[in-house]
Amino acid sequence: MITAIQEREAHTDTGQSYEKPVLVIQGLVKAFGNRRAIDGLDLILERGSCLALLGPNGAGKTTTIRAILGLVRPTSGSIAVFGLDHNTNLAAIKARIGVVPQMDNLDPDLTVLENLLVYASYFRMDRSLARERAEELLDFLALRNRRDEIIQNLSGGQRRRILLARSLINRPELLILDEPTVGLDPQARFLIWERLLNLQAKGTTMLLTSHYMEEVSRLSSQVVIMEQGKKIASGSPDEIVSSMIGTEVIEMEASDLELERLREKLQGCHVSLEPVGNGKIFIYVHEECSEIRELLSSSRRLLKRPATLEDLFLRLTGRDLRES
Amino acid sequence: MKHVQASLIGNLGQPFLFLLAMGFGLGRTIPEIEGLTYLQFIAPGLVASAVMYSAAFEATYGSYTRLSTQGTFDGILMTPVNVSQLAMGEILWGATKGLISGLIMLAAMPLFGVIPSLWIVLVIPVLMIAGILFASMGIVMTATASNYEYFNYFTSLLITPFFLFSGIFFSLSSIQGPVAPVLRCLPLTGVVNISRGLAYGRLSSDLLFDLLFLLGYTLLFLLLAIRLMERRLVQ
Repeated sequence: MITAIQEREAHTDTGQSYEKPVLVIQGLVKAFGNRRAIDGLDLILERGSCLALLGPNGAGKTTTIRAILGLVRPTSGSIAVFGLDHNTNLAAIKARIGVVPQMDNLDPDLTVLENLLVYASYFRMDRSLARERAEELLDFLALRNRRDEIIQNLSGGQRRRILLARSLINRPELLILDEPTVGLDPQARFLIWERLLNLQAKGTTMLLTSHYMEEVSRLSSQVVIMEQGKKIASGSPDEIVSSMIGTEVIEMEASDLELERLREKLQGCHVSLEPVGNGKIFIYVHEECSEIRELLSSSRRLLKRPATLEDLFLRLTGRDLRES
Repeated sequence: MKHVQASLIGNLGQPFLFLLAMGFGLGRTIPEIEGLTYLQFIAPGLVASAVMYSAAFEATYGSYTRLSTQGTFDGILMTPVNVSQLAMGEILWGATKGLISGLIMLAAMPLFGVIPSLWIVLVIPVLMIAGILFASMGIVMTATASNYEYFNYFTSLLITPFFLFSGIFFSLSSIQGPVAPVLRCLPLTGVVNISRGLAYGRLSSDLLFDLLFLLGYTLLFLLLAIRLMERRLVQ
């Protein structure tokens, strides 16, 4: 299954794209002692697209982002951003990148506006230009009436919006979003998604990591699933789900014996069965068949729903809670 | 602004209190040293120590807060600023705070009846260099720290001994034996000598030697600080 996707991906990668990709990572390895945080990663991010890195904690997503920013020295492999070599052009590259970090690192003693202006100064931006852009961004992210508030007094949602505003101060061509809506309520999250889609429409390229599958489905055009520093699957969200999981999922309860019987019965169908614990099983349906229809019309208690990225994610990376 | 006020008062408190206690209190029972009253003798050295305290504290507690809990350095390094620029910025900021403390002490000297010579103007760049030295030392500690307690080593084993044994409170020329060259080589000793020399217009070629020594120390710790910050922030 995975190889099929890789083949297809190889097709699109060599396909007719004349514009240079924004980001090309080849054979990236980062070892911390014996542990390989990134283990031979290849990534291509096309201009104007949004690529989501998915994976359990410790899969190497944040390390990959830190490597792109030059904060992690690769053990081997190469990174090129905007077609520029990473080793020799780091400052020039970073001048064109915006980052929303996982951890809130706003200056707590400064006001919202001051945070934006100080940050702009790190880009050696002209003061009046910085001021103009900051005011613009305050409007864009609905922060106008918080302009002169000290960061300490703001809510989590407001701080996240300021982080996004800050990341846009240099009008980045590549926006890196490391769990941009972590810990936010639905309203705050929705507002950020809406603004990000707005930026995408204007052509901003994005690299996203998230644990919210809905966020990934809404924002990204391509998904890469990572585990233990490796890419284990990639493709567009719909594509990757339907080819690897199926189009629908049937959730039902079944004992071990029933599971075996069901397996035999559904042998001729293009489905896969997965016991998910607690006597529950998931049937991933790649293609409807008469046996499935029969099962659905039986009196059993079951739930049929569309397959989602979350199913794929859990299927590939396991359902057990990991300690990281 | 409140922070600036609090940290200035915090860092200036110690030298001021020493000036009062030692200069006025103890000083009255002590005969003249090198032709100066005890208060006159210790005042320029306390100016130097004020620079040391402010710069060292800013570059440890202040910088470490920005490095760890506030994540400020992570934020800055997402921009075109690189680690050595960041480290230089932190050192210059610590040095500036040190210089401000030193200047306040200096300006307060006449209140204690200590009137310096005009040569004292030349001490300002020297205090800035001293600020860079002690801020660099602080950054060396910050770059290797894993918690705030670690800075206790720095204050107890380095800063406090520098304060006590760099010739602020007693004349180093009266010390004999193997300990003499050790005290002579403490990084604050040169700053104290230069401050005292310029305060009373007592210039000698020894001061030039002190200055070179100070510059050497400063360069060494500056480079070490940048190197260790690189190692800390880029994995």
